[in-house]
Amino acid sequence: MTFVTFTFYAFAVILIFAALRVVTTRNPVHAALWLVLSFFTAAGIWLLLQAEFLAIVLVLVYVGAVMVLFLFVVMMLDVNFEALRQHFRSYLPIAAAVGALVLFEMTLVIVDSAIGRTLAAPAPPTGSNTKALGALLYVDYVYPFEIAAVVLLVAIVAAIALTHRERKERKHQDPGWQVKVRREDRVRLVDLPSEKPPA
Amino acid sequence: MPLLAAPTLAHYLVLGAILFAISMAGIFLNRRNVIIMLMAIELMLLAVNLNFIAFSRYLGDMAGQVFVFFILTVAAAESAIGLAILVLLFRNTGSLDVEAQGRLRG
Repeated sequence: MTFVTFTFYAFAVILIFAALRVVTTRNPVHAALWLVLSFFTAAGIWLLLQAEFLAIVLVLVYVGAVMVLFLFVVMMLDVNFEALRQHFRSYLPIAAAVGALVLFEMTLVIVDSAIGRTLAAPAPPTGSNTKALGALLYVDYVYPFEIAAVVLLVAIVAAIALTHRERKERKHQDPGWQVKVRREDRVRLVDLPSEKPPA
Repeated sequence: MPLLAAPTLAHYLVLGAILFAISMAGIFLNRRNVIIMLMAIELMLLAVNLNFIAFSRYLGDMAGQVFVFFILTVAAAESAIGLAILVLLFRNTGSLDVEAQGRLRG
């Protein structure tokens, strides 16, 4: 058994176990931590498939940013999670049935097809994976790349617009009122009798 | 064929299928918890990405990895907006139960 074979099976077992724990665990914080483990293990499997850049991106972006966001939200909200799990057992049969059916159908197609088992992997590309990906991304896929940037911008704007709360007591200027102001509103003439200087 | 054969394309595809099936069952299991549902969707996207990368390796075509790059971008945007909606939902109703959110009558 070669190193690649051993690593693949070990990582596959860890990945499946972690994914099962994500969907069955009682505590959402634990679910988020199991999800971190599954992303990490998936990054290892991507390394076996010679996708070094994407493996690093998966760890940096997903484990570093998205999962921290999940943990923030889970810990920030004071949710009664026991009440949410009341019907967990009643959903178990249909969930298991649908999952098994999906798995059976997909496996049937994949294992029976000639491409799956006989297609030999070409020689691994020499040179930097990051460099090859960048050359493809910035030349052939430059317009999709810019659309992806716009998608991220829209996501930022949408997330802020959805969760931003206007504070009532905040002091702010209203230029309309400032322009509309008249002299009578601001200036008050007071008629004071002049004092005589003491003799 | 030995029990633990060297991994071929089919091995990676079956692993992706197992992940996809687990996350699909997870969406059914956690019908009442939006947070775990979002996590199951992330797992689904991971399974899809695994398929893309396996095909990219075995067909020798780097375009598959470029698509994984874009899927990661869209997934990050999706989870950010999803969590924002979730926070808003909890702030307005005090619960994360999907079944209780029937007021829109959609």
